[in-house]
Amino acid sequence: MSDKQVRSMLEKLDGFAFDEVPWTTPKPLSESRVAIVTTAGLTVDGNADWNPGDQGFNRIAHDADELTLAHYSPNFDRTGWIMDKNVVFPIDRLNEMAAEGVIGSVAETHLSFMGAQPDHTLETIRLDTGPAAAELLHEDNVDIILLTPV
Amino acid sequence: MLEQSGFATVALSSIRGQIETTSPPRALHCEFPLGRPLGKPNDADFQREVIEHAFALLDETSGPVLVDHPIEIKDGSDSPLSCVIPPSDTSDRSPAASEALGLLPAWKRTHKKYGRSTVGKVISSNQVPDMLDLFTRIADGEDWKEVGLPGDPTKIAADIRNFYEEASISLSDSSPSARSAESWFVNETQAGDVIQKSRIKMKESGTNFYFWYYLLPMTQHHEPKDS
Repeated sequence: MSDKQVRSMLEKLDGFAFDEVPWTTPKPLSESRVAIVTTAGLTVDGNADWNPGDQGFNRIAHDADELTLAHYSPNFDRTGWIMDKNVVFPIDRLNEMAAEGVIGSVAETHLSFMGAQPDHTLETIRLDTGPAAAELLHEDNVDIILLTPV
Repeated sequence: MLEQSGFATVALSSIRGQIETTSPPRALHCEFPLGRPLGKPNDADFQREVIEHAFALLDETSGPVLVDHPIEIKDGSDSPLSCVIPPSDTSDRSPAASEALGLLPAWKRTHKKYGRSTVGKVISSNQVPDMLDLFTRIADGEDWKEVGLPGDPTKIAADIRNFYEEASISLSDSSPSARSAESWFVNETQAGDVIQKSRIKMKESGTNFYFWYYLLPMTQHHEPKDS
């Protein structure tokens, strides 16, 4: 029942709240290009270390096969990730959906930040790395983003 | 922020209170084990259903939309994984280091099979036994700053724990449920005992919160019984 305890503790933490909820009306799913943006702290260079407080992000090529989960928090399961990357980063599922025509296409590049940031203002993400990430996704003509936590 | 930039976003949520605070445009809250946001490893049908459930929220015409996935998956922390640690000929090593040496072949099998590891924040898998010798000294009362750890003790402890959990995947008859390997490591291995004792010693000696708190998952901090 550890997850229950962790959830009850983390639910009380401060989080960043936006003043308004933004809204973009999507194209039909079957015509949309989809990217994954995860907060799992994934790396592509074999580096297993991601410092708490680092609000940067990594680019993950759609066919990257050597991914490492480098998140600093000890408070979640990693064995699921070892046995199947799709339980965090469901790239194979998106490829299947694109092949079946359920979604339009899968982005060339996906992104990973790391969650559980100690700075709840998320200033760097909001003003610096977030806009840089958006630019990359626009360059890849992405329409829909699936956000996955850990 | 991404939605504001012109993308339609759909979030999988793992902590309901947090998603209520952040209030993104579209979120599917899933009571799945933390660390497994798609629910079930190696279950493509289940993962696909979760994604389709999430993408269905794109049909809504206004938000925020927060929907609960109807299936709950509990973690296995109450049922530690059952696995036998292979013996190794290491009579001159500490019990924890000896135990880790016995696990190295299993860790290598897991790494070969899945091609992934989370070991390597500070140390490699081959260094785990040596690090357990150092943590044994901390558990026995030596100052953690004096034993020669090659980096942040919380990261080295994470490398040790991840090494054990990854090795356990190859020693168990079935795929570990979430946190069952964690409970096995903390409660049933020499290494888990050494890290727990080190954590208590570091806490008692007034070490900075970060360095002892993150040595183990926060739900696995077992304090000494009052005598």
